Amino acid sequence: MPEDILMEIKKDYVLSKLRDGERIDGRRLDEIRPIEIRTGLIAKAEGSALVRLGNTMVVAGVKMQPGEPFPDAPDQGIIITNAELVPLASPTFEPGPPDENAIELARVVDRGIRHSEAVDLSKLCIEEGEKVWMIFIDIWALDDDGNLMDASALAAIAALLNTTVPAERFEVGDNFPLPVRDLPVAITSLVFEDKILVDPCRDELSIGKNTITITTDQNDNIVSIQKSGPFLLSEKVFDRLIDLSIAKAKEVRRLLKDV
Amino acid sequence: MEEIKLIVDGKRLDGRDFEELRPIKIEAGVLKRADGSCYLEMGKNKVVAAVYGPREVHPKHLEDPSMAIVRYRYNMAPFSVEDRKRPGPDRRSIEISKVSREALEPVIMKELFPRSAIDIFVEVLQADAGSRTACLNAASVALVDAGIPMKGMVTSVAVAKVDGVLVLDPMKEEDNYGEADIPFAFLIRNGKIESITLLQMDGRVTAEELRRALELAKKGAMQIYQLQREAIMRKYIKEEEVVE
Repeated sequence: MPEDILMEIKKDYVLSKLRDGERIDGRRLDEIRPIEIRTGLIAKAEGSALVRLGNTMVVAGVKMQPGEPFPDAPDQGIIITNAELVPLASPTFEPGPPDENAIELARVVDRGIRHSEAVDLSKLCIEEGEKVWMIFIDIWALDDDGNLMDASALAAIAALLNTTVPAERFEVGDNFPLPVRDLPVAITSLVFEDKILVDPCRDELSIGKNTITITTDQNDNIVSIQKSGPFLLSEKVFDRLIDLSIAKAKEVRRLLKDV
Repeated sequence: MEEIKLIVDGKRLDGRDFEELRPIKIEAGVLKRADGSCYLEMGKNKVVAAVYGPREVHPKHLEDPSMAIVRYRYNMAPFSVEDRKRPGPDRRSIEISKVSREALEPVIMKELFPRSAIDIFVEVLQADAGSRTACLNAASVALVDAGIPMKGMVTSVAVAKVDGVLVLDPMKEEDNYGEADIPFAFLIRNGKIESITLLQMDGRVTAEELRRALELAKKGAMQIYQLQREAIMRKYIKEEEVVE
C-alpha cells in the first residue's frame, strides 16, 4: 500500500533527525504543540469543547440525564465516557463499533477524570438510592494528527468545566454549574530507545506507536498511567517520564484555568 | 460509604504482610489439545492459559510477511465473579487483552515465524483482583510450554495503595476500597529484571510512591518468576520419566 511506503520514508526521516536530538517539526523533545481550547460550541449539549493540539482536533460533548445510581454508591452521580474514532478523522479509521484503540482511549480519559475526582459526584444526587445525575462524556475525534489521547482528555475536562446541569429541563430544581474541583491533565510521550518525545505527532508515530500516558491532578499526584504499544520500557526512561509528565501537565493546566 | 479498614495491627485483612504475595500454584501443560498450556492460581484467582501456534493466520489478510502476529484473548467466565458476568468481551476485557498482548509481543521472537499466528487464550474461571496479572503469568508459562522462542519470561504482579501504605499483590477488598492499583509486568532474562512490559495505574499516588511501588513489584515478580520456572522444570522432568 502506498501509505506503508510513505510511512517507511517518514520513519527514516524521523529517525535521522532524532539521532541529532531534533524533531521533524523543529520542536524540542519535550515541547507540546500549540493548544487551542474553545468551549460551548454545541448549544444542544450540556457542555462542549473543541481542542486543537497542533493539527489534531477533537470535540467532546457532555449530555446529562437522571438515572438510577449504582447499588454500591446510592448517593453518587455516574460518569460514562465513550470515544469514537470516526472515519472522517483518519484514513485508518473504519466505521463500526469502537475498536480496542477507541476503547482504550475512552477508558484512559475516564480514569483520569474519575481518579482525580474532578467531578464532585456527591453533589449529583437527586434522590438517594433512586435518582442521580448521569454524565455522558462523548469524545469525537475529528482529525488524527497524533496524540488523540491528550487532546481527548483535555477536551473532556474542558467540556465538563463548560457543563450546566439541566435540572430545569427534567423538572428537578434549578440549573447549576457542574461541580468540577480538579483539573486532570494527560501527557502522552512517545518512547524510542532512551529518548522521550512529548506529544508525538502522527508522522513521529511512524517509528512505533509506543507511548506512555501519565495523567496528573492539580496537586501533582499521579492518577492514571497507561503503557500502550508492544515495547520494552526501561526503568530509567520510566523514572524520567514521571517528573517530565508532572511538569508538562502543569503547563497545560494553566490553559484550562482560563476556560 | 462505610469506612472499611484494610490494615489492622500492621497486617492485611487476610493476615499477609505488606510485601507478601498470595499463595501461588502453577502447573504447566494441563491441556491436551493446546500446543502449550498452564493452570495458575494466585490467591483466589484461578486461570487457564492456552497457546496455539505458530499456525496459519485466519483471516488471511491479517498475515504479516515479515513476522508472526500475536493475538491475546482475556476472557472471564460468567461464574467467575459475584454478580454473573455476561459472556463475551466487554470494554474492560478488550482493553486488558490489548495491553497484555502488548506486554508479550516484544518478548516473543516473532521474526522467526513470518506469515503465522501465535494465539494466546486465557480464561478466568475465578477472579479476585489481579486477574490480568495472573493471566499474564499463566500465558508466559504456556508460551514456554508451547516451545515459542522468547527473549525471557514475562512475570506480572500488582501493587496497591491501601490505607496509605503500599502493598504487594492486592486481593479483592484492597482493590475495591484501596486508593490505587498499579499492575506491572516485567521481562526477566537470565534471572534479572530487564524492563517493564506492562504498566497501568489508576487511583492516586505521589511520584515518590510510584517509584517505591516499582521496587516492591520487582521484589514480588522475582518470587513469581521462580515459581514459573519450577512449574516448567516439573513438567520437563515428568516427561523425561515417561520416556524412560
